[in-house]
Amino acid sequence: MIHQVEIRDLNFGYGDQLVLKGIHLTVPKGSLVAIMGLSGCGKTTLLRLMGGQLLARQGSVRVAGQELNHMNEAQLYAMRRQVGMLFQFGALFTDLSVFDNVAFQMREHTRLPESMIRDLTLMKLNAVGLRGVQSLMPAELSGGMARRVAMARATALDPALILYDEPFTGLDPISMGAIGRLIRQLNDALGATSVLVTHDVQESMKIVDYIYFVSDGVIVAQGTPEEIHASALPFVHQFVWGEADGPLPFHYPGPTLKMDFGDERGQA
Amino acid sequence: MRGAWGQGLRNVGDTTLRIVERIGAVVLFLGQILRHSGTSFRRFSLVIREIYFAGVQSLIIILVSGLFVGMVLGLQGFETLQSYGSSESVGVLVALSLMRELGPVVSALLFASRAGSAITAEIGLMKATEQLSAMEMMAVNPLARVVAPRFWGGVISLPLLAALFTALGIMGGFLVTVIMLKVDSGAFWSQMQAAVDFRHDILNGMIKSLVFGVAVAAIATFEGYEAPPTAEGVSGATTRTVVSSSLAILALDLLLTAFMMKGWN
Repeated sequence: MIHQVEIRDLNFGYGDQLVLKGIHLTVPKGSLVAIMGLSGCGKTTLLRLMGGQLLARQGSVRVAGQELNHMNEAQLYAMRRQVGMLFQFGALFTDLSVFDNVAFQMREHTRLPESMIRDLTLMKLNAVGLRGVQSLMPAELSGGMARRVAMARATALDPALILYDEPFTGLDPISMGAIGRLIRQLNDALGATSVLVTHDVQESMKIVDYIYFVSDGVIVAQGTPEEIHASALPFVHQFVWGEADGPLPFHYPGPTLKMDFGDERGQA
Repeated sequence: MRGAWGQGLRNVGDTTLRIVERIGAVVLFLGQILRHSGTSFRRFSLVIREIYFAGVQSLIIILVSGLFVGMVLGLQGFETLQSYGSSESVGVLVALSLMRELGPVVSALLFASRAGSAITAEIGLMKATEQLSAMEMMAVNPLARVVAPRFWGGVISLPLLAALFTALGIMGGFLVTVIMLKVDSGAFWSQMQAAVDFRHDILNGMIKSLVFGVAVAAIATFEGYEAPPTAEGVSGATTRTVVSSSLAILALDLLLTAFMMKGWN
């Protein structure tokens, strides 16, 4: 099987603190893979390592067979032309209109005539259902619309790999469903490979092919949506069914209640 | 007591080290900007856009301030020179003060507060909202596409603004002294013409404002690019731009004036 992304023995940290420990992960070409876990577990860091925005301290990160750790700045930028990324809140350029945002990469990286750029941009906007907002500024869009425009921008040059960072955050259920469908459709229509970082279990289970669960910087479970759904692992069960208490306690570790409110205060 | 002195000395040392480190970081950043400036010159429309935002939009404050500064200089100069019986020389005083010092320095201080802070806030907010990261992921270097055009926009704008500040200042001085205080118009202009030297006064003033432009634009873009991606971070960076730029302008002015005066002798 050909892998678009291949991560082996990856360790990554900030300062002395390791955020990701011994990660093994593969994303087959053409598939849509989700990385799930609690906030702060290292999911987004993993995504940034795949995009070459962070470089691994130890281990290997290969995208389309190329080792990112050995690339210089020019090679990294060349690799990124094959990658599209959707940021958590879209990250649209606020000084450019919707049209100019989507056309940005075409103008930067191609020598296409403006008439062709116009047609391609409108096609990309049409694919996300937003051809009608081409002249609006990002500040005039709703959260869901901004996310869809950002998807059109991320796929402007038909990338081989699309990375999605929390695409469902802060969206209403209708927008969430629309974004989910678009992620699947764009992946299949472009023949691309997609990696989706999310903690929205229900929406992503409907569209992805495979799921990795990350907790405390380690992959604790993996499988197809059906396998994950049926998993008896306590952490996975708690996460999938949204239980408040379980292996991941509701309370963050701290002093006892008595220490904070009761008799023991001041006696220590 | 000795402990307090030691601690105080240590604090002074730490602060000095931090300042030197910061200056070093700005200089290294300036080197990076220059390395990534190719795009700015190949696509000069990017720089022209920034000249509009940094330069054209600062015109009102620069022109009005120049006019008032010139008027005040005229009034003060007339008052002083009259007691020596040489009130006709007020044109020389106004012109030399503006060309050598006030034009470059005051316009640079105003530029740092008006345009420098705006550049820092814009780049800082682009960073906080992940626009710079998005650009990187689109294989576009933010240093080349965002930072360098803003830097060159600032560097080109400031000498032009300083020239306009000086011109309006001289007009302000003329209005107050010739129109209001009835100083002889011929003496005002002819003495100015005789006293002003192109190299010593005009060229040196332009060199000063060019150096101030480089300093302000480098500090403003550096602070924005390095700002922590939070509301507090961007606000702190904007303040640092105004404070650091103002101090840099005054320090560089002293240095440049000393060198230029040495050249006159």
